[in-house]
Amino acid sequence: MTGGNGASPGPLLQVEDLVVRYPVRRGIAETAARRPKQHVHAVSGISFGVSRGEMVALVGESGCGKTTTAQAVLRLVRPEAGTVRFDGIDVTALGSRELRRLRRRMQIIYQDPYESLDPRFRVEATVAEALVVHREGTREERHRRVVGALELAGLSPPELYLDRYPHELSGGQRQRVAIAASLALGPDLLVADEPVSMLDVSVRAGILTLLDDLRDRGLGVLMITHDLSTAARFADRICVMYLGRIVEEGPAVQVVEDPRHPYTKALLSVVPRRDPRRRVQPQILRGETPNPIAVPPGCRFHPRCPVAVDACRTVDPELRAPSGAAAGHRAACLLAER
Amino acid sequence: MSLLQVEELHVWFDLARGRELHAVQGVSFALDRGERLGLVGESGSGKTTAILALMGLLPPTASVAGRVLLDGEDVLVRGERTVAPHRWKDVAMVFQGAMNAFNPVKRIGAQLVEPMEQHGVAEGSRAEARAAELLERVGISRTRLRNYPHEFSGGMRQRAAIAMALACEPKLVLADEPTTALDVMVQAQILELLVSLTKDFGLALILVTHDLPVVAQTCTAAAVMYAGEIVETGPTDVLYHEPRHPYTRLLFAATPDLESRDVVVSIPGTPPRLDEAAAGCPFRPRCDSAVARCSLERPLLQRVGDRHEAACHMAAQVPA
Repeated sequence: MTGGNGASPGPLLQVEDLVVRYPVRRGIAETAARRPKQHVHAVSGISFGVSRGEMVALVGESGCGKTTTAQAVLRLVRPEAGTVRFDGIDVTALGSRELRRLRRRMQIIYQDPYESLDPRFRVEATVAEALVVHREGTREERHRRVVGALELAGLSPPELYLDRYPHELSGGQRQRVAIAASLALGPDLLVADEPVSMLDVSVRAGILTLLDDLRDRGLGVLMITHDLSTAARFADRICVMYLGRIVEEGPAVQVVEDPRHPYTKALLSVVPRRDPRRRVQPQILRGETPNPIAVPPGCRFHPRCPVAVDACRTVDPELRAPSGAAAGHRAACLLAER
Repeated sequence: MSLLQVEELHVWFDLARGRELHAVQGVSFALDRGERLGLVGESGSGKTTAILALMGLLPPTASVAGRVLLDGEDVLVRGERTVAPHRWKDVAMVFQGAMNAFNPVKRIGAQLVEPMEQHGVAEGSRAEARAAELLERVGISRTRLRNYPHEFSGGMRQRAAIAMALACEPKLVLADEPTTALDVMVQAQILELLVSLTKDFGLALILVTHDLPVVAQTCTAAAVMYAGEIVETGPTDVLYHEPRHPYTRLLFAATPDLESRDVVVSIPGTPPRLDEAAAGCPFRPRCDSAVARCSLERPLLQRVGDRHEAACHMAAQVPA
């Protein structure tokens, strides 16, 4: 891995005040009636960082903006405002050539290894593809790097897998091939978007442990997940997102054991525990996540919040450290002081 | 007499060139009114096939053997003729993709009324009134009867699917991964609803899922399936604290838990092919405590405790 090479101080990835909006298409009648243009506020001003050798989990329900955040980090979507710094370089301002050079250092792993691999490509061609695209090395060098990447991804001995097609592999093996393909270029940052949710329970742990090992080797890992149990067990830090904002963030243990935001508390209370004797009174929030086109004023969580007070209707709280919280633990709630 | 008694259920699927896939291999279990049974297993373990067989909903390429007794009556004995009168009326099903359970061009209300009229439960305005009640019972306002399925969110659609399953007052509901595509908050709402239905109406529930924590928190008992067989069954509490089959123990150990710092370990290897008969225990190649006997002789489910059975040669000697 190139993990430590030329490491500059400061986090590997630093996102500041990121905003991503998507325009809502108007019909011809609405356009004629000059109905104002509407936007889906997918990400509304979030900041976070990922250091080398750190795994950060972005957790939240569908529609909270976690996947859009990942896409903005990789500049697969263009942010409306804010900066994404990768190793000190502002990704949002880059032209396509520089972006291309940077992309080999940041790779993404998708949810579904049944769709992310081309069924007509053998494993060797799949893993080598990025090297070919980026014109890396000779054929022999590429072969060596493919073998190395497969080994690193836990497909050992690699010779056993090189000539296989995706349909000859199990779901877990396919996801390892996808990871090997993203490792071939020697990235510094891996973005894993729900990397195990399509896999069987018995193989999930293996993939997560692999990501954990890669983190130990110095990679930064940004994991997008809806599964709090996985985030609690594997991530160093957790950022909880709600309707385009980070509402709570901190060391994984602190967020899980000492949650300060009512949304985090509710979310944790409904995660089913393995032990049938361990009963937690679920704090079920009624209603659904509000529409990101019409974000509520004040605290965006207040319409569903079980403890909201009058001020919550007007004040949009900022992330801040509640008293007695561990270092780096912050919540965006007026009532975060327990 | 149990509400549902399944005895030695087998399902084979025809494959090309005269080969067969033995998807369900002698599954037996019983269920009482108000009971909630979790049928747990990974993909390909036969859990969905087993409950589709109960409903008589398998495709023509499948052959079924064994007995399914509903209130003592064998419903499979003459195929479709004996199953059809019970479908939806006594046994109803909630599917995983609530999106596909509804006809997209018909109003929700009409789709709730349809099974009632079909099975002669209620008609006309009485059926409509009942549809409104059902919708409110699952937490949706009756004003939404005139909505189309696309106007509902995923969670609401799954609630409406549950309302539809309840339309003919069944005794047993089979729910196949009812919350898999949903967020945790919505999942909690749906599971709470299913549990309350079993408590209020004495409905029996079979919850088919790969998610052990969901079963641990929702079901009173569970059956763990592997390679077409039930390998362990018992009260959920006992399965977690005193598993007797290594697969059950390893499956729990492979599942991350919010409050546990335990190392999460995957189970090496893959399940066996079900299109070729194998000697010995089907889990042996992946087992961490196999002995010589395991590759020679297939273990049968044996009683290891109160309402607790495991199919492991070592089950009686040592806790797994």
